[in-house]
Amino acid sequence: MDFLNAIVLFANFVIIPATAYGAQLALGALGVTLIYSILRFANFAHGELMAFGAMGTILVTWLFQSQGIGFGPLPTALLALPIGIVLTVVFALLTDMSVYRFYRRQRVDPIIMAIASVGVMFVMGGLVRFIIGPDDQNFFDGMRFLIRAGEFRNMTGLDEGLAIKLTQVITVVVALIVVVVLFWFLQTTRSGKAMRAYSDNEDLALLSGIDPDRVVMTAWVITAILATIAGVLYGLDKTFKPFIYMQLLLPVFASAIVGGIGQPVGAILGGFVVAFSEVTITYAYKKFLAYLLPQQWAPDGLVQLLSTDYKFAISFIILVLVLLIRPTGIIRGKVL
Amino acid sequence: MIAVDNLHMHFGGIRAVDGTSLNIEKGSITGLIGPNGAGKTTLFNVIAGAYKPTAGRVYLDDEDVTGLAPHELFKKGLLRTFQIAHEFSTLSVLENLMVVADNQPGERLWDAWFNNKQVQAFEDQVRVKALEVIEFLEISHLTHELAGNLSGGQKKLLELGRTMMVDAKIVFLDEVGAGVNRTLLKTIGTSILRLNEERGYTFCMIEHDMDFISRLCGPVIVMAEGKLLTQGTADEVKANEQVIEAYLGTGQKHGKNRTSS
Repeated sequence: MDFLNAIVLFANFVIIPATAYGAQLALGALGVTLIYSILRFANFAHGELMAFGAMGTILVTWLFQSQGIGFGPLPTALLALPIGIVLTVVFALLTDMSVYRFYRRQRVDPIIMAIASVGVMFVMGGLVRFIIGPDDQNFFDGMRFLIRAGEFRNMTGLDEGLAIKLTQVITVVVALIVVVVLFWFLQTTRSGKAMRAYSDNEDLALLSGIDPDRVVMTAWVITAILATIAGVLYGLDKTFKPFIYMQLLLPVFASAIVGGIGQPVGAILGGFVVAFSEVTITYAYKKFLAYLLPQQWAPDGLVQLLSTDYKFAISFIILVLVLLIRPTGIIRGKVL
Repeated sequence: MIAVDNLHMHFGGIRAVDGTSLNIEKGSITGLIGPNGAGKTTLFNVIAGAYKPTAGRVYLDDEDVTGLAPHELFKKGLLRTFQIAHEFSTLSVLENLMVVADNQPGERLWDAWFNNKQVQAFEDQVRVKALEVIEFLEISHLTHELAGNLSGGQKKLLELGRTMMVDAKIVFLDEVGAGVNRTLLKTIGTSILRLNEERGYTFCMIEHDMDFISRLCGPVIVMAEGKLLTQGTADEVKANEQVIEAYLGTGQKHGKNRTSS
């Protein structure tokens, strides 16, 4: 029984939250990786693009809520998501037209593009805070829990409860759908193949008549879709606060690099590696150990490896370790 | 077909192409030879849109195409291959060829998702064409092999195959024979001749192998130090004093060093 309790406890506080968080990071990292493999620069503005997408969706959600439009037990934000995506796609394309296209025409080094994206990040971030304000925004409605801790306890008779939030399930399901569709797109459609070809060998792609503008546009459209979904899912699951997305940039980048930047599969793996490291390292194991160990051995302290205040440091540590030990990331080789 | 008018391409102080003018006749297989560093590849790069020339103009069928981007030139029927074969290493041979096609509906994001029927029909068409090309090049056994796994010579064949996926007007071949064994070289040579005769392709090729040139090329253009030295038939060029001098200045007539500028 104690053993089962320990498992449930661990699932409740580590496995489930980390899976949802991992899915969010994976979606974010996919966007970073896609831009890296097509436009060949590290897009620091990706976090803010996620914030923008979430913001757009929130505004539409509020509009729906004020009109009394709901989505049953599901959050209204899911209904607003397509409109949020359209807004973000337009915004991303406008950004590309007004900033990146200029540098592309100049054929600048990737580092200059990356620095330009830092500028874009600040402008985007400012814009988001200007529109929606720097504070926490609540836009969640609908059913909060799929399984409540109390219900679970009654059902199983265990001491520990297992709570599954609806948002966590939505996150994983949506992420799964998005990833499947994305891979189908890249592997089988001509547009996807053109993107892979372009990412593999740009010179040859141009000489094969692949229109670079179209490939770049496609990359931005997909990235904006991914960023919006990632941003909304994160906001639904946790909270929407503009500054959070700037901080989220680090784990997102860590995920992309851990998996091998330019590798979609790697981005997904990396997302889960980073999420699970972050959660397992900052989790306090006191109760968990108390269940497993004989009573006399039960620890007095929290048995927490690192305070949650330092959770972003974990991304840093992973990043440094990966760059030192395996700079190519988990998955080596050609991009896309 | 192609007219190059007083073309200059300078990199800082280096005048890689220094006032070259030449004409390539429609339907011909024109050879472009010259010692290493003569500016042949640079000339190709400028004509094919990789560089914008410092000065001078390039005309394709009397249309000014100077400084157009490679994919725009592709749409006009001007294609090139690389000295060191390029390929999409993560795509199969078939996919490598299928990626090349003009005005593909499936490449537009909207159509790719929402206009499946039209895209599918087009895809089938392209697939048939690609399989024909593979047959023509006699590499059917490699259809589903990743292009990255091909040998150097097979990659050169694949390069040639790329140009067959669309109705090219003129193809620039940069040392298509370099590093290819004799048997494969014959296949490549035959393919080029067939394309020229059956499909009316115009070719312009950089080559160091004089036997290969004699077999294929009508007119031969000789470049040296960024300038046009002379032109004529292969035999005329071989006998030309200036040409021998230009080559002797830098090394052997042909053979040893196969990399050009």
